[in-house]
Amino acid sequence: MKKIITTIHNNEPIPLNKIPVLNPGEFTEELGALLSSKYHLSAYFADLQNELLYAVCSDAEKGLLYVLAGKVDSGQFISLTPRFPQTQLFEREIFEETGFTPVGHPWLKPVRFPPNSKYKIGEPPFFKMEGDEIHEVAVGPVHAGVIEPGHFRFQCHGEKVYHLEISLGYQHRGIEKKIVSGSNKKNLYLIETAAGDTTIGHTTAYTQILEYLTNNKVSISDNIVRSVALELERCANHVGDIGALAGDAGFLPTHAFCGRIRGDFLNMTALLCGNRFGRGLIVPGGIGYQISDSIIEELSAKIKKGLKEFLDASKLMFDNPSIVARFQSIGELNLENSIDLGIVGPAARAAGITRDIRQDFAYGNYRFSSIPVSGHIRGNVYERAYVRWLEVQVSVKYILDQLNKLNNSDKTSEKSDNKESRPKKNSLIVSLVEGWRGQICHTAITDNEGNFRKYKIYDPSFYNWFGLAQALRNQQISDFPLCNKSFNLSYCGHDL
Amino acid sequence: MKIILIFISPLAALIFSPLFSGIINKVKAFISGRKGQPLLQVYYNLFKLFKKGTIYSSTTSWIFRISPVLIFTFTLAATAFIPVLQIHTGALFKGDFILMLYLLGISRFFLIISAMDTGSAFEGMGASREAFFSALVEPVMFICLINIMKVAHTDSLAAALLDPMTSNSIAMFFSAIPLFILLLVENARIPFDDPSTHLELTMIHEVMILDNSGPSLGMLEYAASIKLWLFSLILALLVIPELPFGLLIKTIVLGLIMIIIAIIVGIIESIMARSQLFRIPQIIFGAGVISFLGFFIITTDILVW
Repeated sequence: MKKIITTIHNNEPIPLNKIPVLNPGEFTEELGALLSSKYHLSAYFADLQNELLYAVCSDAEKGLLYVLAGKVDSGQFISLTPRFPQTQLFEREIFEETGFTPVGHPWLKPVRFPPNSKYKIGEPPFFKMEGDEIHEVAVGPVHAGVIEPGHFRFQCHGEKVYHLEISLGYQHRGIEKKIVSGSNKKNLYLIETAAGDTTIGHTTAYTQILEYLTNNKVSISDNIVRSVALELERCANHVGDIGALAGDAGFLPTHAFCGRIRGDFLNMTALLCGNRFGRGLIVPGGIGYQISDSIIEELSAKIKKGLKEFLDASKLMFDNPSIVARFQSIGELNLENSIDLGIVGPAARAAGITRDIRQDFAYGNYRFSSIPVSGHIRGNVYERAYVRWLEVQVSVKYILDQLNKLNNSDKTSEKSDNKESRPKKNSLIVSLVEGWRGQICHTAITDNEGNFRKYKIYDPSFYNWFGLAQALRNQQISDFPLCNKSFNLSYCGHDL
Repeated sequence: MKIILIFISPLAALIFSPLFSGIINKVKAFISGRKGQPLLQVYYNLFKLFKKGTIYSSTTSWIFRISPVLIFTFTLAATAFIPVLQIHTGALFKGDFILMLYLLGISRFFLIISAMDTGSAFEGMGASREAFFSALVEPVMFICLINIMKVAHTDSLAAALLDPMTSNSIAMFFSAIPLFILLLVENARIPFDDPSTHLELTMIHEVMILDNSGPSLGMLEYAASIKLWLFSLILALLVIPELPFGLLIKTIVLGLIMIIIAIIVGIIESIMARSQLFRIPQIIFGAGVISFLGFFIITTDILVW
């Protein structure tokens, strides 16, 4: 039997000609078979140059990625959305980027609205519900809080929400296209701002792609610093969001304390590289700054203090019955729906999916020092907050361990010689990273010269936005802010 | 002389009600470890708003323009029936509480229709919530006030509040607790509403004044703090014990009780989360049950205190 599914590992480049090209029917069937085995669809895009569809499914149990390539039949392909909801946004994206039509897609419209699109942003079609007592509440794109723009439409009966449609694209900057045409130097800055609060996560994925394509090895101590930075980013965001959840429930003490402690964690990242979001810290081949022993010492002391203060502040909230009652009763996204929608990150782990890229597709420093996976079972607002609370503690312990290791290791001798080998030509590479929101997936295809021909970025928000819409079904409209904050998804990471 | 007395309570409300809100804000800031806004910030805000120009949405009609004035006036007028100096109000008559409650009622009516007048989905939602909850609050409010008057054997609220009997009777307990809950509901405080939130979808009172600006917003905010003052004043007069002192000391004690009420409201706002919207009617029903129990006990003379 001919092998039609190509298996690769995280960060493993594969020559394009080793990926067998399937007929449209075969492709649909094989992808359907993979998805019905409950594998996560991590990437699904079209390469316009050779008119092929590429799909990458990830098998967390084995730590493998399954790559499929399929032909497009005269600008059309069969939509899998009616059977597998997690493909819906990918198919809409393919439609937006190439014009290939997913036949049978129940709600076909582009994800973003580039200037020459015939669809206009903020204009119908939107879902509509009809009836005498039905009312529609449209929120945004400009919001009362200082947040990014996005349009939300609630179909309500009284206080009850029947459906929420989320229409984004206001932050579209065309990052993926710029990366294809730009030089590597500019690209790093673009990636750092793909989603500003996930700078470390996205740059890690991008530099890994460059490094593995050129076979450029990163030293152990540099990998340690990268993992420390990634965990610091996770801590800062988790702490900030737990505080923000308290604030949205009107519980002021935790809100005020966590807002300040988040700043402390951001300043710890600034200690490493001078920037609170970690810009300039991660560069292809290693890290941009030397980390001295005194910095390591200072960081260890600060992070211990940060954790203690965070635990005190969050205890106020988690010990408060009115908060627990408020959080537990709303925003449930159960295991079945999470799998069907392809949810990633803490939101998925709160629903019982024990999937963590750091463990299942270990990369960088996580290959040498593993990190425990935190989880819960029901996936309501409380449990999403709780999982993140656990992750902060696990991350702080991990950082302390790694700093200890870094202190004992010799930092100067193993600087790699950085030989500039040419990147692999005509290859496909997938890089998965566990950002604080969840799985970050970068996928690149190189051309004859070894330059990027196609670059795809999937922020965890891309996988999770529909999860928020699902979690709000049959909830009260006044519970939306809490549900929203418990996911806290990125607008610009989705819009790119 | 009586004519002058009528103006004392509204004047006190005008002067002191922003301070009352300021104390609550200060308590909230203190508990969450912040320095918080100055005590007099509410005055500064009002002053700033009254200096500004007003912008009216093109979808609104004259209702929207006239409502802030009416709401402010009716709310202020309602304070005239409460004896802040613990002497005759000048407006003490049979059934004065009905007029007072319906002055508040009509100001609410204008708040609701002015919110509907904007045609905004948010404001419509807020108006419907306000209408629903106030319909539940009204009967409870009546029973509470009737309890007090029943104990004092009078049919005027002002006279009942002046009567020292009320502060050491069973009616105090069975009215003060529900009145305190109603104070929180009616004035959009946590756990029923969050006065400091920016989340339109969760608001009740704040969302109805979203489209107002400048002096009309100032009048609505002023009216809101007068209303909070009014409810606290009723509560304070209810619990103040009989004191063998002169007017000055009695007024100071009343002021201290008011400050304690503000602190309690601030503490509750700091240590509680906002409850879910559909729980609010349950809590109002709870307040209703307590007040009804009081009514039952008082009218049947089961307990002789």
